[in-house]
Amino acid sequence: MTEQTLRQWLLTDTPTSRRHAKLSAIYQGWLSFRGNTMAMIGLWILIALVAIAAFAPFISPHDPFVQDLGNRLGPLGTEGHILGTDSLGRDILSRLIYGSRITLYIVALVALIAPIAGLLVGTVSGYVGGWLDAVLMRITDIFLAFPRLVLALAFVAALGAGIENAVLAISLTAWPPYARIARAETLTIRSSDFISAIQLQGAGPMRIIIRHIWPLCISSLIVRVTLDMAGIILAAAGLGFLGLGAQPPSPEWGAMISEGRRFILDHWWVAAMPGLAIFTVSLAFNLLGDGLRDVLDPKAGE
Amino acid sequence: MALANDTEGARKRAPLPRWLTTTLKTIGSIAVTMLGLMFITFIIGRVMPIDPVLAIVGERASKSTYDAVYFQLGLDKPLIVQFMYYLRDVAHGDFGISLLNGHQVSDDIRRVFPATLELASLGVIFGVVLGVPLGVVAAVRKGSWIDQLARVVALIGYSMPIFWLGLMGLLIFYGMLGWVGGPGRVSIFYEDIVPRVTGMILIDSILDRNWTVLKDAFSHIVLPASLLGYYSLAYISRMTRSFMLEQMNAEYITTARVKGMSEWDVIWKHAFRNIRVQLITVIALSYAGLLEGSVLTEIIFSWPGIGSYITTALLSADMNAVLGGTVVVGLVFVLLNVFSDLLYKVFDPRAR
Amino acid sequence: METLLDIKDLWVRFPSRHGVFDAVRGVSFTLGRERLGIVGESGSGKSMTGRAILRLIRPPGIVEATQINLEGVDLLKKTEKQMRDVRGKRISMVMQDPKFSLNPVMRIGDQIMEAYRLHNSVGKAEAYAKSLEMLEAVSIRDAERVMRAYPHEMSGGMGQRIMIAMMLIPNPEIMIADEPTSALDVSVQRQVLDIMDKLVKERGMGLIFISHDLNLVADFCDRVLIMYAGRVVEVCEAARLHEAKHPYTRGLLNSLPRLDAPRDRLEVLQRDPEWAEAPSVSGRVA
Repeated sequence: MTEQTLRQWLLTDTPTSRRHAKLSAIYQGWLSFRGNTMAMIGLWILIALVAIAAFAPFISPHDPFVQDLGNRLGPLGTEGHILGTDSLGRDILSRLIYGSRITLYIVALVALIAPIAGLLVGTVSGYVGGWLDAVLMRITDIFLAFPRLVLALAFVAALGAGIENAVLAISLTAWPPYARIARAETLTIRSSDFISAIQLQGAGPMRIIIRHIWPLCISSLIVRVTLDMAGIILAAAGLGFLGLGAQPPSPEWGAMISEGRRFILDHWWVAAMPGLAIFTVSLAFNLLGDGLRDVLDPKAGE
Repeated sequence: MALANDTEGARKRAPLPRWLTTTLKTIGSIAVTMLGLMFITFIIGRVMPIDPVLAIVGERASKSTYDAVYFQLGLDKPLIVQFMYYLRDVAHGDFGISLLNGHQVSDDIRRVFPATLELASLGVIFGVVLGVPLGVVAAVRKGSWIDQLARVVALIGYSMPIFWLGLMGLLIFYGMLGWVGGPGRVSIFYEDIVPRVTGMILIDSILDRNWTVLKDAFSHIVLPASLLGYYSLAYISRMTRSFMLEQMNAEYITTARVKGMSEWDVIWKHAFRNIRVQLITVIALSYAGLLEGSVLTEIIFSWPGIGSYITTALLSADMNAVLGGTVVVGLVFVLLNVFSDLLYKVFDPRAR
Repeated sequence: METLLDIKDLWVRFPSRHGVFDAVRGVSFTLGRERLGIVGESGSGKSMTGRAILRLIRPPGIVEATQINLEGVDLLKKTEKQMRDVRGKRISMVMQDPKFSLNPVMRIGDQIMEAYRLHNSVGKAEAYAKSLEMLEAVSIRDAERVMRAYPHEMSGGMGQRIMIAMMLIPNPEIMIADEPTSALDVSVQRQVLDIMDKLVKERGMGLIFISHDLNLVADFCDRVLIMYAGRVVEVCEAARLHEAKHPYTRGLLNSLPRLDAPRDRLEVLQRDPEWAEAPSVSGRVA
């Protein structure tokens, strides 16, 4: 056989190793994902967001914290301030750029905490079964029965305002759906033959859950997390808007809207610009999530 | 209905009366959920870094006053006993006294809740009236421009921060165009004119036949209600679409067409009839979601509802009010869920 | 014999990402007041043929034919609205599984009455009486109770008899039965077939019986079309099916066990790609 290109190697019908098969599956998933224009737009927006956050000090035209009271509430296109200035004369564009770091920070933390907590509860509940399952699922139901934002509000009220507590509160309200998904997946996996085979080889429950069940739950969780990201961003922005998230002078987008709210009728851009930023990012996550769902979990789609 | 008269035999009925077990199960599940809900709020109240005694007696109270209140609140008892006290109080509708204004929290909630109910109800009506037909058409004409439109509408709804949209709405429709009333439920000079019957101003002013107030109240509610409605429209239309798609591929739809039925009747008399049940759940869920979404909307529009109440209480660390409000909203959530379950049983012959 | 239905060169196409897929390819046949069987394996286009006659193929599917004449009038030239007067009233169809072909949330009585009232402007009471009569005609005892019941309360055999009653109540001239007994228990298949046969004969209707079961069709029908890969490969009298010549039909026959001529090993069907290429055999009786 002649020299194979990488593409041919990836598209083979007869993989030569397990890794080869896995890479091939990933590549084919990528091909079908790439065909989805909207999802690609979402992906590019998010890549841009990460780049902006990473290089914030280099691309932001001003220091986001430096006040210039002589130049406050400057309109769009003011000399040196494309998106204008806020009530303390700070450059809105620079604040938005630095704010992307906070948004990513919140999203990343919640996306780590909530699904892992849900995965733990769900897989243990599904694998062990019995009364533990009943109790854990009951608790999950109770959390699901709560209005999420109101519960998060109450949590923040108890823990105190601040960005870490906001993350914690959002995570505390976000884990139950993941637990449900992980449990459902575990129930189907648990009864399959290969789990019995592993059990016969003497593997303990810990090993089975961690090595064999978790990896299989991941893809449906990833889809769900991506689709939930937008909700997380909106919830974090909501808490920030209420003054319960990031505290001033932090350039958190929700808090910026809250600040701009006072001038909404005369200086609308102060509140409008951060809102557009939130909208763009959560839209990007929604587009990406839809695309991922089509690739990873085609049945759940339309 | 047993039909064991045929040679082929019909399905047998369960030996126990199903309605009894179902009712018991429902009651049990409400009880457990409510208990859990109270437990969580109780814990949140305990974690709170504010000393409840100090909050009542003030910084300068004497040691003896402090102790008296301390014992009166039962804070010397074990946590589980305190929880029991809390349960007993809540069961009597007693959420304690608001530290902010000295009112009974339950009275406050009774006063503010109708405003939220009015707003959310109008919103959900908006969402159902527009969202259901949009979802049905999007499913029937899959891939058409109207399907794309429904998709975009939903995507924007899922991605837009509601408080920001509210601000922009105020800016455009109130500030720039002047089409709607500004923040608040009615203009200031119409306040407290119509006698309070239901607490919902639209209904109260109709009862009072005061059309001026009705018109004014409507001009104030229309913007926040449409915004909330837009969010429920996004969700309802999306769900309706996916339910309808599933039904339109079903074989009984072909049967209806074979009978010679018009496509309109096939869609509404056959397919739609089969999604009614699922739709009820979705509407109940989105109604519950609106009660929650109204928290942020109420802030923007200075709407004196439960959302504003909780948030204001929160910012001034008025824990009794926060927890009372949370329990009430949670209770409404649970009841809505139970209600949609019940309707399920009424509308789906297979669930009876 | 009087010709009820005359189909010439029927094609059903589905455009897909990998080009156009032809589900039915140039099928022609006529139907008189007889029982015409269409036999083929799944995917051979037999169900599509039945649905194309009623113009039930939904876009993006495309139906093309020189003609689909129902007593001299081309169905393809009718508007959708005119087509509705044909469906149910003149041609009707019984589908495979009553579990799916009956609306699960409507009472059986309402579904039958609806079928009648769509084509007869009568009041509820008359439609009700007519429906009861029809249910009794398909040997359902206690018809009043069945009228009030929901489909999930019925067994498969009863469900299919209800389906037959519903499809026969507007008194059509042609009935298409698409695998009407495949989803039923073997014990009730015969009973359902007998009821259908009796009613079709009594009313002098034409029946298109679609099935994958060669023996059943040979037994039950007058004439048989054998379909393979979207086209008709052979047409013959049902009684003389065992003299069939096409290698596909022969292969199918030989792969069935026979009580009168037991064999140690059944033959495995050998497929010839040429069968799919050759033009359709016409089933038209001039």
